[in-house]
Amino acid sequence: MTDESAAAVMTSAQSGQDDVLVRVDNLVKYFPVRTAGYVRRTVGHVQAVDGVSLAIPRGKTLGLVGETGSGKSTLARCIAGLLPVTSGKVTFDGDDITNLSRRKMIPYRREIQMIFQDPYGSLNPRRRVGAIIGDPFAIHKTVAGNERKRRVQELMERVGLNPEHYNRFPAEFSGGQRQRIGVARALALRPKLIICDEPVSALDVSIQAQVLNLLADLQRDYGLTYLFIAHDLEVVRHVSDSVTVMYLGRVAEEGPRDPVYRTPRHPYTAALLSAAPAADPDAAASRQRIILTGDIPSPIDPPSGCRFHPRCPKARELCSQEDPPLEVKAGDGPTHLTACHFPVEAGENLAAAAAARRDAK
Amino acid sequence: MSISGLEFQAAAVEGAPEQAVEGRSQWQLTWRRLRGDKVAVTAMIVIVVMVGLAIAAPAIAALVHHPPNIAYPNTGENAVGNPVGPFTNGFWLGTDDTGRDLMVRIFYGARISLFVGIVTTAIGTFAGVAVGLIAGYFGGVVDTILARFIDAVLAFPYVVLALALAIVIGPSLTVIIGVISFFSWAGISRIVRGQTLSLKEKEYIEAARSLGAGPFRIMFIDILPNLLAPVLVLATLYIPSAVVFEATLSYLGLGIQPPTASWGNILAAAQNFYQVAWWYTVFPALALLITTLAFNLLGDGIRDAMDPGTERLLAARRGTKRRRLERRAMKGAGPSDAFPDPPRQAQPPAGLG
Amino acid sequence: MSMLRFLIRRILTGIVVLWLVASAAFLLFFARPVATVSRQLAGREATPAVIAQVTKTLGLNDPIAVQYWHFIDSLLHGNLGYSYFTQESVNTMIKQDLPPTASVVIGGMILWLVVGLGIGILSATRARSFFDRFSAVAVLIGLSLPTFVIGEFLLLIVFVPLNQHGFHWIQDQYSGPSQGIGTWIGHMILPWITLAAVQAAVYTRLMRGQLLSTLGEDYIRTARAKGLSERRVIFRHGVRSALTPIVSQLGVDVGQLLGGVIVVESVFGLGGLGQVSVQAIDTDNLPVIIGFVIVAAAFVVVANIVVDLAYALLDPRVRIS
Repeated sequence: MTDESAAAVMTSAQSGQDDVLVRVDNLVKYFPVRTAGYVRRTVGHVQAVDGVSLAIPRGKTLGLVGETGSGKSTLARCIAGLLPVTSGKVTFDGDDITNLSRRKMIPYRREIQMIFQDPYGSLNPRRRVGAIIGDPFAIHKTVAGNERKRRVQELMERVGLNPEHYNRFPAEFSGGQRQRIGVARALALRPKLIICDEPVSALDVSIQAQVLNLLADLQRDYGLTYLFIAHDLEVVRHVSDSVTVMYLGRVAEEGPRDPVYRTPRHPYTAALLSAAPAADPDAAASRQRIILTGDIPSPIDPPSGCRFHPRCPKARELCSQEDPPLEVKAGDGPTHLTACHFPVEAGENLAAAAAARRDAK
Repeated sequence: MSISGLEFQAAAVEGAPEQAVEGRSQWQLTWRRLRGDKVAVTAMIVIVVMVGLAIAAPAIAALVHHPPNIAYPNTGENAVGNPVGPFTNGFWLGTDDTGRDLMVRIFYGARISLFVGIVTTAIGTFAGVAVGLIAGYFGGVVDTILARFIDAVLAFPYVVLALALAIVIGPSLTVIIGVISFFSWAGISRIVRGQTLSLKEKEYIEAARSLGAGPFRIMFIDILPNLLAPVLVLATLYIPSAVVFEATLSYLGLGIQPPTASWGNILAAAQNFYQVAWWYTVFPALALLITTLAFNLLGDGIRDAMDPGTERLLAARRGTKRRRLERRAMKGAGPSDAFPDPPRQAQPPAGLG
Repeated sequence: MSMLRFLIRRILTGIVVLWLVASAAFLLFFARPVATVSRQLAGREATPAVIAQVTKTLGLNDPIAVQYWHFIDSLLHGNLGYSYFTQESVNTMIKQDLPPTASVVIGGMILWLVVGLGIGILSATRARSFFDRFSAVAVLIGLSLPTFVIGEFLLLIVFVPLNQHGFHWIQDQYSGPSQGIGTWIGHMILPWITLAAVQAAVYTRLMRGQLLSTLGEDYIRTARAKGLSERRVIFRHGVRSALTPIVSQLGVDVGQLLGGVIVVESVFGLGGLGQVSVQAIDTDNLPVIIGFVIVAAAFVVVANIVVDLAYALLDPRVRIS
């Protein structure tokens, strides 16, 4: 998370495939929309994920950002093997794990774990915490009995919980503590990849910091790789080495964290960043917000061409006709890619453009 | 409960107890609440007494020297050949129309009724939970077929089925148990299926899948514990339905055949004597009423103990402020979405209509 | 989906169900060794010669498929067979025995709905009052007692004493409305109460529970705040939404009603479809039994369609599914 590690990211990306733990190639996930009745016809598709590629280097954190409906959670579940993929490929540590049968997927389940968003829903209220954390051991038949109990208590301690609470129920813990339980459960089998699906969104800000710090510590100690999904840009800035911004099932912009944050090229990224709260009140006051019109359109019937064009302050005719390719724009580093016909230039005042567009409507 | 992890660890180190602290499970909490519920406790005692009397029936018969199927025309009938009343000639509750000891027959009848009630409910519960779980969890084609089957069974007038079987096979205990189990299975299955369908969408189920858990592990270790509460209440309420069903079948001549005593066939015979022997009708009917009432009250009590705040019919004292506060607190906290109000189909049909 | 399509779908399903029931009845009785069947059909007292005759007449040695075809064929012509004791056609028997059954069912249903829903509404609006507690006890007892016990008790406590004291309005046995409405009611009042008692208990509890939870909702508070009279609030808003689950329960109950009807008819000696079918079973009178089963199934199917229609009227979402 420092400039040194950011530099390291760029070096490793250049050095090639071996360091990539997870690779996603052109993943597409459509959900069919069916009529009701005995015989169901498919009348359309929810295009949740429409051609997304990404690569997560070993030991690093990829931040995946987008609003609700962008497809980030669906993408995560496809990578985790919880949803079948419509087309595309998911590669884990060199192996193709796309649409594997449940049986074949079992060994990978030890390596890929998930932490969920809802601390109240992700733990079975009727089971004791020790049993919940011990689940991975039981399912994969690694250790049992006293040894399992010892390991579970070790995990509890590692995540900052009192191991004596082994026999308590989730209801007796606070939200932050429950997330720690989720982390302990994910950590049990020493996975390589942990997919964090908005792990702190449901927590108080002060607790968020604690959980994020815990995750950072664990990454350092165990060499974990994270896919970190969130909608809060400040959180993503704090934890990620590289960032991918999604909009309506496609990647709008991706690249190492600092270039994306300092010089966003996609208008959508710029708008998101302008909306993020700034700690310094003077900076906040002087900053101009780019306010977009409209809501995110329906993924069943996405706009033609560039999907962002109906809301984009810079949209022109080309944008509604042609889908912009994801490529390096002039002036950016080799790993900073943007999908836009008219990317944001330095010094451009998008806020004014957005305001003008709103007034024109 | 909002102490941060670090502060908590500090506190724990200072005052750490010697052994691990146990959380109280749902069952322990329910039992405590149930124990404090006077109505439910009374019901439990009544049931225990009933069961005890049923088991002890042979001993009681020996005590009064009147086996259940032996008629005593001399001591047991009056001059006109009608039954004698309570407390005459050593018959504590009187006799029936052939001079048999009514009390002994009632207790023997209790054996049948309770046996049928409990066994059929047990079978129905196991089968119902299994089918409901499978239908709800697997969904798709399996669910469609099973759900339609459950609907068909539930819609089927089970009396007609009992009648049909009575002809084809002949009335017997086995037939009754078969018919009643077949019916109670379907009702429980529908509830379990509904609950499973909604529980399946919970995030902790998704978490279990992401850990690599197989369908059966998820069904029995993750979903089932959340089902036990409504299933237990339902089962307790199905027992009296089964008892009543057996009594009605025997009454119609399709169940236990005389001379074996069953509350139903005793009452059937008693019909013709209601003008001359009120005890012949009243005592078996009372036994039936007390038994079913007790189970119904117990079921209500368990439901309330598991999820305080549901409107009960025969509520115990609701006055104390402490209980009211406790109830209000209970309503907000805790996973009571794991035990929602049972849907309308959760009432087992009252008797045979 | 429009109401018409909904209706047609339900009717088609109903016909399928009826066909299934008829076939099941057929299989149950006819698909057994010829000797057993013909013996049963000829009656218990038949001699071997009669049995042989019966076998021949009915074509019981024909292959099952042929027999099945005959069975369905006569069904479609409205012919349900002939009783083997009285040689009456089953159709006639049904015509004869329908009025008592219909009287019991219709009267009982109206009674239990009015009483059950009425007490339910009153209990909910006067929650925890003495009335509420009292009716709660009554409901609990109603739920715990079998129908036949209630019937017998009513006979014991009402019919017998009244008649002994010369008050003869209340009678058992059946007397049709054509023979005087007053007499009809006098004969039917106890059976109605018996049939209604248990069901009313169920519906009271249902209505009370539903209404209580509905009345606790915020939109009720809004309606009151708007100044709506209490009566309108309760009926238009509260009861209306409480009705949907009650209508579905009604659908389920209609099917189970048969059991109660049989019991009531037996206890009071009304001689309707229920009681006659029990007698038919006791005497192995197969054609009668089969005929009655099919008629009963038809009734259930029709009633369910009506209930479904009512449900769809109340809750438009159902029509779409």
